[in-house]
Amino acid sequence: MSLLFVEQVLNGLQLGVMLFLLAAGLTLIFGIMGIINLAHGSLYMVGAYAGSITASSTGSFLLAIPAGLAAAAVTGLAVEYLVIRKLYDRDHLDQVLATYGLVLLFNESVSLIFGRQPLFVGVPAALSGSVEILPGMTFSVYRLTIIVAGLVIAVGLYALIQRTRLGMLIRAGATNRDMVRALGVDIKLLYTLVFGLGALLAGFAGVMAGPLLSVQVGMGEQILIMTFVVVVVGGVGSIRGALFGAIVVGLVDTLLRAFLPQLVRGMLADPSEADQLSAGLASMGVYVLMAIVLLWRPQGLFPARG
Amino acid sequence: MHDPFKFSGKALIAIAILIAALVALPFIAKAVGLPATTPLATRLLIYAIAAGSLNLVLGFGGMVSFGHAAFYGVGGYTVGILFQHLRIGEPLFGFIPGTEQFLIAVPAAILVAGAFALLIGALALRTSGVQFIMITLAFAQMLFFLFVALKRYGGDDGLIIRRRNALFDLNMRDDMTFYFVVLIVTIGFYLLMWRIAASRFGMVLGAIRQNERRVAALGIAVYRYKLAAFTIAGMGAGLAGGLVANYARFVSPDMLHWTKSGELMVMVILGGAGTLLGPLFGAFALVTLETVLSGWTERWQLFLGPILLLIILYFRGGLSGLFKFIGGGGK
Repeated sequence: MSLLFVEQVLNGLQLGVMLFLLAAGLTLIFGIMGIINLAHGSLYMVGAYAGSITASSTGSFLLAIPAGLAAAAVTGLAVEYLVIRKLYDRDHLDQVLATYGLVLLFNESVSLIFGRQPLFVGVPAALSGSVEILPGMTFSVYRLTIIVAGLVIAVGLYALIQRTRLGMLIRAGATNRDMVRALGVDIKLLYTLVFGLGALLAGFAGVMAGPLLSVQVGMGEQILIMTFVVVVVGGVGSIRGALFGAIVVGLVDTLLRAFLPQLVRGMLADPSEADQLSAGLASMGVYVLMAIVLLWRPQGLFPARG
Repeated sequence: MHDPFKFSGKALIAIAILIAALVALPFIAKAVGLPATTPLATRLLIYAIAAGSLNLVLGFGGMVSFGHAAFYGVGGYTVGILFQHLRIGEPLFGFIPGTEQFLIAVPAAILVAGAFALLIGALALRTSGVQFIMITLAFAQMLFFLFVALKRYGGDDGLIIRRRNALFDLNMRDDMTFYFVVLIVTIGFYLLMWRIAASRFGMVLGAIRQNERRVAALGIAVYRYKLAAFTIAGMGAGLAGGLVANYARFVSPDMLHWTKSGELMVMVILGGAGTLLGPLFGAFALVTLETVLSGWTERWQLFLGPILLLIILYFRGGLSGLFKFIGGGGK
């Protein structure tokens, strides 16, 4: 039981890391550019498709990663140049609708090109199998790799934002956009960089998700809405909040899915109904968490300073 | 005081012509051999109610709610679940008997959706701006999962309602009769929206949209006004959901899907947010677009995306803005 619990905690951590990759980009883009981007999930989907197709056609997962990153980055930059730029001065409503239009466009184009059948990619050979991390307990190497990669990226982002000149501009931009512009910083370039960075992170998450989930149309929105929960729980515009929010949401979701069925099965007579009900209740768990956070701290657990 | 929602003589004539056209529509459809137009128009009117209710929060109140389909779905499921309990002859929660009476089921749909809206609104309105968008979307997704999980009411597959609710001695199975029932409800709904928009409540709501801090500084409890508007809008969506459950004789979690919320928003924006009849025209535009495009291709949303993008990026103010632009008025 306790070993199972540890395993589920690790699974939760893995989901949390994936959510962080998306939430970091989303929250940065919002914090600095003031843009709410529904198409962020589409960039994740583009990364997943490009990665999966590269992996299955070349057989090399090492090639899949740059392919997914490149596809997401190119798509992201094109989106930024063609659409997002025109939305900086608009209200949130226009941003939501325009990026909703983008989501429809991406989803339908992808299903037109690749069909509605989900793609399946195997876990890369070098990372398949599992490793004994505690006596008597093994864990998937691939999931462990995701956790490590995600944490490395989190540290890297922290260093980028706290220790570099670019990071300084990003922080300044988040605090007072107009002042940064007035000081002669090329804010357009900064925006493009931030959006590209967000796209890269989303694309990376997509590639890594490929072997774990089925790659299909609509995958982006499913995770996007959970990412919204992360951002609301963590506090909008804050990377630290995105990290903690993502891990909390990942853990809550995974642990509920793992352990709720046993609880519900004890209460309901019909086991299949109990399973479906508990699956549904487990999916609702993170939203209940969000409601509790909202009651307690409407600005999220780690609101951005400034 | 100037009443912005008082109609000029010309506008009143236009509205009278619109109503006359809607009344004549099923007869004309029958006469020219296109009887399928009547159910299509029924659907359009139902969407017009749903979009009209969203317009109250989005257009008049300036609250970007991205979870409006949740209340639409809750309304639909209320009708569906009440019918299901009548069919199996077992009271809901052990004490609420099932019903197929239109005058009980549809008001119940309105009340239940309103209760959900009150609860969700009370939480979501603690924030504003981008968080509000995300939270309404997330709560709608939560309800979506709830109905997926309720296997007893069909789960993923949805719930079939074997026959439409009974209303007096009308033959509700007849598409034309049902159309007129929906038309009367729609007219009543829009009359109510008009009165709300013109009331003191509507004025305060508009003022909140324009400058929330100033309204708060005037000593008006902004939160309560917003919550009231959110709840009324949820009730309107519940009404539309209850009607659509009758119309389609089927409810499914798809009614609560986030894309449905998106569609409702698109209708409001296409018609021009914050105008009285805008949502009606928006619903008309979207349903027509869907019908025309899906006659052409199954992937009609492939076209909706770019159309939406173009309208948002280049023609602000929805269809009326587009018409103005075409008419030479510019943007």
